[in-house]
Amino acid sequence: MAYSGWRIIREALTGNAGWRPVWRDPEPKSEYDIVIIGGGGHGLATAYYLAKEHGARSVAVLEKGYLGGGNVGRNTTIVRANYFLPGNSEFYSHSLKLWEGLEQDLNYNVMHSQRGLINLFHSDGQRDAFARRGNAMINQGDDAVLLDREGVRKHLPYLDFEQGRFPIYGGLYHPRGGTARHDAVAWGYARAADRRGVDLVQNCEVTGIDVEGGRVTGVQTTRGAIKAKKVGIVVAGRSSQVAEMAGLRLPIESHVLQAFVTEGLKPCIDQVVSFGMGHFYISQSDKGGLVFGGDLDFYASYAARGNLPRVEHVMEAAMTLMPMIGQAKVLRSWGGIMDMTPDGSPIIDRTPVEGLYLDAGWCYGGFKAVPGSGFAFAHLIAQDRPHESAARMRLDRFATGRGLMDEEGTGAQHNLH
Amino acid sequence: MRLPCPHCGERDLREFTYKGADLPLPEGPDWGPDWEAYLHLRRNPAGETRDLWYHGPCGSWLSVTRNTATHAVAESRPAREPGS
Ligand SMILES: Cc1cc2nc3c(=O)[nH]c(=O)nc-3n(C[C@H](O)[C@H](O)[C@H](O)COP(=O)(O)OP(=O)(O)OC[C@H]3O[C@@H](n4cnc5c(N)ncnc54)[C@H](O)[C@@H]3O)c2cc1C
Ligand SMILES: [Zn+2]
Repeated sequence: MAYSGWRIIREALTGNAGWRPVWRDPEPKSEYDIVIIGGGGHGLATAYYLAKEHGARSVAVLEKGYLGGGNVGRNTTIVRANYFLPGNSEFYSHSLKLWEGLEQDLNYNVMHSQRGLINLFHSDGQRDAFARRGNAMINQGDDAVLLDREGVRKHLPYLDFEQGRFPIYGGLYHPRGGTARHDAVAWGYARAADRRGVDLVQNCEVTGIDVEGGRVTGVQTTRGAIKAKKVGIVVAGRSSQVAEMAGLRLPIESHVLQAFVTEGLKPCIDQVVSFGMGHFYISQSDKGGLVFGGDLDFYASYAARGNLPRVEHVMEAAMTLMPMIGQAKVLRSWGGIMDMTPDGSPIIDRTPVEGLYLDAGWCYGGFKAVPGSGFAFAHLIAQDRPHESAARMRLDRFATGRGLMDEEGTGAQHNLH
Repeated sequence: MRLPCPHCGERDLREFTYKGADLPLPEGPDWGPDWEAYLHLRRNPAGETRDLWYHGPCGSWLSVTRNTATHAVAESRPAREPGS
């Protein structure tokens, strides 16, 4: 049943008794044309676009826990297209365009809010770098405005403009950047995929990948063996373990990233803001909580919880940038497992095993990529050739050194991104 | 998280810098699959792993055996010389 304003009014007048579960809970079949491993944002979007764009009729998403229980429900929800390098630039630009039509496409309110994103800079060198990035964004067809200090003050009067250690020189303003409701993105794709006949199988952990003569033939799961002609791995922080089931070793190291939210407050932070000197970024959720975070903890970890030094660092950065935040109480903090690649950019590619495809390495920035990645990965699986928006997301770029996408310019090496 | 340094005893995480997986250096200087594996490919286990840490206060490089799921440390010893 489609959602509409009229439907909400009708349900309100009839005791909300008419709402039904919005996707089925099917038993896994013994065989599918295409099996997607991982029911996070990327896996669900992939299944949806396989059905919608490529007419795939026999698709299952296998999720070891519940849909949206991974990083898609743990992130700080920032959606942007402010990348610099070829490869990332066209990919995230395409993804943002998909975001802009997503709610109509899915018939689901994902609360996509293009409230604008401002990346602050604090030195002449940083200003130059951001001016260059802004030009790259404009060349890609996206939006960027270089703000001076007074321009920033108009938008963000609450920042500490007086402090001398990290003076605010200005900011790169990306008006189409913003946030979205993370859970709703998972639910919206799940519902839309289910309605197109995709089987969403929860509590179904993949424990093995069957390969015969160099070709994938299916998967082993905690709910039995499932045959498949094609298999897509989309398991974010667990990519190395699942790929190992097919004998593959990936250029990925899993790290923990923490995030924080305060108690609910009245609206006070209108945009997404990032601090250029302290690895800190913040926005306000629609519920009123200030949602913020910083850097990785910077050691390999699967613990999904971080350590105190990073907490301290993030709080210090927050207080440096906007002392008013000291009035708010932190409600919760949590961590998620990031699939970090050496250059900090993702992989959407075939693997050496025929019929086995990989979508991984989203690091700490894969939420905004959900529509673009699902679209491109579905195209790769269905057509066996990359979509033009993701042709550079190659698995072999580390071995060849060609086409590295090192946005930070720190080197394509583990632990530097 | 605290890490044991063989020289200084158990110390706070803040004193250490993570230097990545502790892997044997490939033989010979020529680029090949062994160098690709050394630089980029990782077993990345959700369990016991061995990685390198630098302890700032005493300046030593350590090889630490650690569980990535629990953060429990099994062993910490001075890192070997490259190639030895
Ligand atoms: C604290 C934090 C903040 C972040 N902030 C942002 C942000 O502001 N903007 C942004 O763009 N990105 C952000 N990210 C990154 C983003 O959340 C991830 O890159 C993205 O969600 C990963 O893709 P996914 O949604 O498919 O992952 P997930 O939701 O983790 O999906 C992977 C799924 O695979 C399942 N799985 C794993 N192994 C198996 C198996 N063997 N069998 C079956 N299923 C399996 C898991 O249970 C999981 O549900 C953040 C991440 C964190 C942790
Ligand atoms: Zn020491």
